[in-house]
Parts: sequence; structure tokens; C-alpha cells
Amino acid sequence: MAIFLTKESKVLVQGMTGAEGMKHTRRMLAGGTDVVGGVNPRKAGRTVDFDDRAVPVFGSVREGMEATGADVTVVFVPPPFAKAAVIEAADAGIGLAVVITEGIPVHDAVVFQAYAKQRGTRIVGPNCPGLISPGQSNAGIIPADIAAKPGRIGLVSKSGTLTYQLMYELRETGFSSAVGIGGDPVVGTTHIDCLAAFEDDPDTELIVLIGEIGGDAEERAAAYIAGHVTKPVIGYIAGFTAPEGKTMGHAGAIVSGSSGTAEAKKRALEAVGVRVGSTPSETARLVLDRLAVTREVTHN
Amino acid sequence: MDLYEHQARELFADYGIPVPEAEVVELAREARFAAERLGGRVVVKAQVKTGGRGKAGGVKLASDPAAAELTARQILGMDIKGHTVSKVMLAQPVDIEAEYYVSYVLDRAAGVFLAIASAEGGMEIEEVAATRPEAVARIPVDPAEGVTETKAAEIAAAAKLPAETVPVLQALWQVLVREDALLVEVNPLVRTSNGPIIALDGKVTLDDNARFRQERWGETSEDPGADPLEAAATAKGLNYVKLDGEVGIIGNGAGLVMSTLDVVAGCGVRPANFLDIGGGASAQVMADGLSVILSDPDVKSVFVNVFGGITACDAVAEGIVQALETVRLTKPLVVRLDGNSAARGRAILADRAHPLVDQVSTMDGAARQAAVLASAG
Repeated sequence: MAIFLTKESKVLVQGMTGAEGMKHTRRMLAGGTDVVGGVNPRKAGRTVDFDDRAVPVFGSVREGMEATGADVTVVFVPPPFAKAAVIEAADAGIGLAVVITEGIPVHDAVVFQAYAKQRGTRIVGPNCPGLISPGQSNAGIIPADIAAKPGRIGLVSKSGTLTYQLMYELRETGFSSAVGIGGDPVVGTTHIDCLAAFEDDPDTELIVLIGEIGGDAEERAAAYIAGHVTKPVIGYIAGFTAPEGKTMGHAGAIVSGSSGTAEAKKRALEAVGVRVGSTPSETARLVLDRLAVTREVTHN
Repeated sequence: MDLYEHQARELFADYGIPVPEAEVVELAREARFAAERLGGRVVVKAQVKTGGRGKAGGVKLASDPAAAELTARQILGMDIKGHTVSKVMLAQPVDIEAEYYVSYVLDRAAGVFLAIASAEGGMEIEEVAATRPEAVARIPVDPAEGVTETKAAEIAAAAKLPAETVPVLQALWQVLVREDALLVEVNPLVRTSNGPIIALDGKVTLDDNARFRQERWGETSEDPGADPLEAAATAKGLNYVKLDGEVGIIGNGAGLVMSTLDVVAGCGVRPANFLDIGGGASAQVMADGLSVILSDPDVKSVFVNVFGGITACDAVAEGIVQALETVRLTKPLVVRLDGNSAARGRAILADRAHPLVDQVSTMDGAARQAAVLASAG
């Protein structure tokens, strides 16, 4: 098991024939992902050779799903066309759309997130590295070669490079799944969605939650942990020394009621029993210590 | 990108929202003529992209054109929370009977825009929201429907605003959507004693991601920043923020760079800047970044912290070596390369054997080394 993505997942790539799409489709295939097709209406009917595998290109997501049984799509489509691509995927009824594209206008994201939610399509992203279930499948751009080992840690993070950093530090222990939810103002899958899925996943023993300044997602995650998560959670927050963003108007503070500072997030997590590391390396040590304790208790 | 009040005012006017008659000037003597054209008595308002300018003395009433010039002279050049006032708006005063608050803002948690409205607008709105939340209506807007007349009436009723605000609420939504804004705020929206509703002050934040489809933004851009280092970095397209410390920072990925600042601060020294060179980390970007950081007189050491995810560390190391060809290193450089192809990257830097370049394999260790070097320098 894993969350959202397993070895059974059949993956389409929207925008596969572009430069980023080509590069990362090759990496996904090398990482063991079952990439069953690309989508590009102008190149439908062709196949693209990736080393030892020929991947067909379909004219639409629906066509690709009908031909292959695909249940996941990874979107590399450029910002001006991303909204239409996600809406097309949701209309086709795909279960999971991982939107890698950076720079999508917020109004477009607001529209396609609401649309996908109504149609039961889970969105990860946009502006995210995607998700990986090591040893099973990799949907997105997380480099599998630095963190390929399956294991029992679940990880959820806004930040790509901090995801890679923590996965690398804990590579000997391994991960059930790691989800980079993305740092855009409106993301589909949240920290809380991942906490809920990891809590239900029998293969996940401990959860790492990485946050950063801005918004109040970490504060809400803390409240959720208090009420719903029984597995140990270790946190890391970046941005204690970051320059204070200039604030315009009063609306932001009125909406969230939170200062959004790293300190406020750390306090909220610690208040519900989450240990928070002061550096990525210390966070990794806290994870290992906690796993050692859990395993000792289980063995006795 | 935040707009100045006068830009927000023009935008509102384009969408049919009533605004006061006003002019913008950059020189005090122009204020006199502007005031004459506006009828003599004017409000002089500092144009800065920060809140609290009223309390800072940046908004003053002038009773005649001579007073307007004098007041403009006082306000121009004033420093408000680190922003220097380089222009003032002169506006016709209005007789305020009631002050309201209205805005559309993104609710990140719900993933939709919220209408926020209150019949108790003015400078204390945050206080009102905190102490009497029932006085502030928060209504989510369905992105598929937008703010129809019915929706606007619902918002106005919830906030106890008069019915005359309904067209303003609809027009403001059009500003938000058509202009790709992340925030539109009117505070105060006022009812004047002779009747009409007027947007007396406006704040608009535009979504930089939408620049590709907003042609009229062509001429407006984010200010390069008063800081000369930030201006130089902006000119080179770098994601750089000047801070008040002594350890220069270069890293890849916003999250990792923020984390690097924290780890350096944890070693008892202060980071001198935030600089995210992103995924590419080419020789050119590395050289540009180093030259900006090395020209900061406060910098005593530089910490390059790169985790190779997609980017391979050998490519980053090549970038550093090439950058050292064009940039004369005057301060010690601590480099930490880890992740993808880290061993090859470290070997490339070791071969270069620059006397001022130090390699440390862990982030925490490298931060300590950069701190030691900064304290020694």
C-alpha cells in the first residue's frame, strides 16, 4: 500500500511531447512508473520512444483512458493552457491529476479546483513536484534516484527541495509515499488530506509534515492532528528568519486570523504533541529516534 | 504586484465605481496647481504600498492651494515603514456620513474568493474583525457563478450595507476577475452626505502569474526596491532579498533557502540575504548571484547550499567554477553540495582548489563553518 499512487496506477502525461514532459516521462519510466500514454491533440496516433518503451500519444484524456485504463494524469501543460487541460481530465473522470505546471494564474486554479472537486477528481498541485511511492510509482518530478527505497515513513510538504532533502536524509529508512502538495495559494490536496490518508494507510508508521511561512495550512493541520491522527507526526517549518512579507490591506489577516509566522506554526504543532525539528537534519534524527522507540515498544 | 492607491482609483473608475476627483504629483509646486484645478481644498495622500500611512502622518487635509503645496512638501520624501514617498495624490474632500469596508480576497483554505464586508469600515477594521467578528460578513463566492446582482444583494444584506452598494460590489468583482487580481479592497467605501457611494481608498494586488494575458500591465511593474543591491539583483532577474546580516546565502528552491537562513541564524550569525537560484543553477546565474552578494559590504562569508534533486551537483559545481572565472572572490565561500551527483560535484570543486572555497558535506556543518568565517572576518 501507499497513498494515492501504487504500482497498479496507470499514468497518462498531458504535455508529454514538450521539453519538460519528455524529460520527466523518461525519468518516471526509469523509476518504474507505468506510463501508458501521452496526450496531445496535434500529435495523436504517434508513439514516442523512451529508451526501450514506445509510449502512444492520444488525442484526449478520455481516449487515453478508454484505450489504456489510465487512472492518473500528470500535467506539464504550460500556464495559458493548464486550466483547459485539468478541466478536460476531470470531465474524462480521471481519479488523480498531478499538476506540475508552475505559474498558473490563481483565478484559473480556483476555477479548475472547484470543477475537479465536483467531479471527484483529486488534484495534487499545481506548482508541485508531484508524489512518489518508492518502489511502486512516481507521478511528477521527484528524483527517484535519490530516494528510491520503499519504507514506512509518509511525507507531506509544500516545498520541493525540502522534500528531496528530507527524503535523502532518511533514504536508508525509506518511504511509503511522499507528496509534494505545492506552494501555490490554492492547492488541491492539502496537508490534512495527506494526514488522513497516511493515518489510514497500514504501511505508514510515522508521518513527516514540512511547512513554511504564509497562510494557515500548518495551523489547521495541527488542529486536525489533535482530533484524528494517532500515528506519530514529526514536523519541520522553514522561514523563521525570512523577511516579513509586505502586507497590503487588512483582508489577509481578517481571513485567516493567523499571523502565518513560522513561530506560530511551530507552536501550533507542538501544542498537539508534534516534535518540530530546528533543521532538516535534526528533523531526520527526530524521525529515527521516534521510529526506534516505536519499534522497541512493539518488540517488547 | 501591488498597485498604488491612485492606480487602484483609476482602475475602479474604468469599471464605473465612483471615486473622488484627484490628481497625482511628484513635485510640491505642482501640488498648488493641482489643488487649484480640484477646487482649492484637498486631501494630500502619500502614495506608498504599505498600510498605516494615515497614522504615520502621510494623509493630511489642506485648506487651499498654498497649503496643499506646503503639505505636499512635508509628505514627499517622508519615510513610511521603509517606503519613501515619491508621489502624492491630491483628492477632493468628501463629506462622510458612513464608512463601510468591502473586499474580495482569496480564502486559501477553501480555495475560493471570499467577499468580506462590514458596515463599520475605517482604520480600525482589523480590530472590529478581531473583537466583534459578527460585525464582519464573510461570504464565499462560487467561481462558476461570480457575483451576480442577487449575490451582491446577499453580501450587502449580510453586512448591513445600504442597497446602493450592490452595483459597487458587482463592479468590484469584475475588477477582481477581469484584471486577474488576488485582492481588491475598498476601505473606506463611504456614503457621502449628499448621497452617492464613493470608493475613498483602494488596494489592489494583481496576480503576477497572469501577466501573459494582461497586456495593459506592460508599463506597470514592481518597484525595483529602494535598496541598490535589490535593484541590481532585480535587473539581473534574480530572486534576491536584502537582509541585515553578514553571511551571504545562495541556495536552490525557496523552501531550502528559507531553511538555510534559519540554520545560519541558529549558528548565532545573521543571514545577509535571501537568494533562490531555482532549479537551473547555471554558471551565469551563479556568477550574477555571487557578484551581487560580494558587493554587499556587510557580507563577511558566503554559504552556497545546493541540494541536487533534478539539478545534478556536478552541473552546479561546474557553474561555480565558471563563475569564479568571471567574479573575483573577495570573501570566503562555503559550499555544501548534496544529493544527485554530489560526489562528482565535490570532486570538481576540489580539483579547482580555490584558496577561498571550503567544502562541507552537511548543511548544518557548512552553516557553522560559514558562521565561524563570518565572525573571524
